Amino acid sequence: MIAYVFKRLTALILSLAVASLVIFLVVEVAPGDPASYMLGINAQPDTVAALRAELGLDVPKTQRYLNWVGGMLVGDFGTSYTYRSPVSEMVADRLWISLPLALMALALSTLIAIPAGVLAAARRGGVADAGVMSATQFGVAIPNFWFAMLLVALFAIKLRWFPSGGFPGWDDPAAALKSLTLPAIALALPQAAILTRVMRSSLIDILGEDFMRTARAKGLSRRQALWRHGLRNALIPVLTIIGLQFSFLLAGAIIIEQVFFLPGLGRLVFQSISQRDLIVVESVVMLLVFAVITVNFLVDLAYAIADPRLRRRA
Amino acid sequence: MNRNLIIGACLSSVVLIGALVSFMWTPFETDTVNIAARMRLPDGTNWLGTDHFGRDLLSMIMVGARTSLAVAVVAVGIGMGVGVPLGLAAAARQGSLLDEVISRLNDLIFAFPSLVIAILITAVFGAGAVNAIIAIGIFNIPVFARLSRGAALSLWQREFILAARTAGKTATRISVEHILPNIANLLIVQGTIQFSLGILAEAGLSYVGLGAQPPVPSWGRMLADAQTMVSLAPHVAIVPGMAIVLTVLGLNLLGDGLRDALDPKLRRRVA
Repeated sequence: MIAYVFKRLTALILSLAVASLVIFLVVEVAPGDPASYMLGINAQPDTVAALRAELGLDVPKTQRYLNWVGGMLVGDFGTSYTYRSPVSEMVADRLWISLPLALMALALSTLIAIPAGVLAAARRGGVADAGVMSATQFGVAIPNFWFAMLLVALFAIKLRWFPSGGFPGWDDPAAALKSLTLPAIALALPQAAILTRVMRSSLIDILGEDFMRTARAKGLSRRQALWRHGLRNALIPVLTIIGLQFSFLLAGAIIIEQVFFLPGLGRLVFQSISQRDLIVVESVVMLLVFAVITVNFLVDLAYAIADPRLRRRA
Repeated sequence: MNRNLIIGACLSSVVLIGALVSFMWTPFETDTVNIAARMRLPDGTNWLGTDHFGRDLLSMIMVGARTSLAVAVVAVGIGMGVGVPLGLAAAARQGSLLDEVISRLNDLIFAFPSLVIAILITAVFGAGAVNAIIAIGIFNIPVFARLSRGAALSLWQREFILAARTAGKTATRISVEHILPNIANLLIVQGTIQFSLGILAEAGLSYVGLGAQPPVPSWGRMLADAQTMVSLAPHVAIVPGMAIVLTVLGLNLLGDGLRDALDPKLRRRVA
């Protein structure tokens, strides 16, 4: 187990290193100098040079890359060119919107997918199964930002149950949750469709296992066997997908945040790109990649703990 | 014939025919503004209604289909064109340094949140259809590389490959002449799935303004334009959205149908 963890950990660190290099290179070749962008076209050359020095843009690229990575290792993500405030603070502020949004979407998708998947698997081949499976076909085909627009039209503009966008802050938790509800529903829909399919096929596999027949043979009803033995075993792959979905919800919220004018991480990225605030772009993208890679690693690890056969294969 | 295959093929061909016909004929011009006829509901003249500039929505959808299909075709092409040779090369030299490097790179690209990187690429190199294609295409590479490597590995154990090797064929020739035809079915099925994902990704990028630029009509941007009018004229938002949903649904059903149709044959051949 220790050897396995060590091997996976090395791969994790290597992935992060390559990822940081790729992000740095992509952002570095971007046309436009942040300093001259900030000062406008009438700036004096020496003013631009002074600002470049202040922002740390005058040192060679390799040195800048090392400074950036070294800073991140100790929690210093640099200082925003535009706002002159630490990137880590800006990110922390935005996380208070993006993280609860991702969690709400994840909870919703799980709450929809598990019952729907169980229903479809238990009634395999029946009307309920066909209904659930058609619904998932639509679920994966609907672009979530379009679904979000329809939700706004119906629940915000027509019925006025929810706000159509913006975020009131956490001082009023009820209002804050209300403004995250529609975005969470829009984000959850395609994820729920995928998760439902995983739940269904996983449970169908389990229902064909010998121990399910044994459970019936010892006198459990179909329903009892399904809930006591079937569901518990079928949940393992489902939990893996839930783990993977979390990081994608965090990253996938970018477009949904645009629909609802939510000042989350996604909007921060868009703003920073248009303001040539490269250090913010680099650090936020790196954080998202870090989240995805780390969650993948933890899921793999949890799997290896649960199933010793996987350790040998890696 | 199975039902998925028929429905999927019908939906997909409607979109394809619409896009092709738009090169020669559309019900109305898509680049003329007719404010007097704006936000009309569907009727006998404008079958799907008009938008806020009075442009005919059916014509816009037909021309927009070109953008969606072109982006998705080229993105899948990039994925297959680069991914399949890499996967085949890795499988031909299993366990070699090359195999290790290709597999690690695959894992790495998989780990990137693709949407974030696509946004980064289009934002940094400029918004536009070409950069959207590249951004989407890059993430198709590991999908096809992994798929073809996995499928090719099991084929390399087979007797007919051994026969080809004894006959003196090189690894490259075997990959092209024997492995590739045997994994073509898998590639086609995966291709349709990546195609529909490409259409969704293009719509998302265009929606946030990073895909095809005006005046080229695109479904995603039609939705972005419609957003402010969603309560005044819901059909302006519903029509492009339904176009995306039906196209993606059609392609997914086509993929499922093809898998069902091709799989038994495939299983007989491999097992």
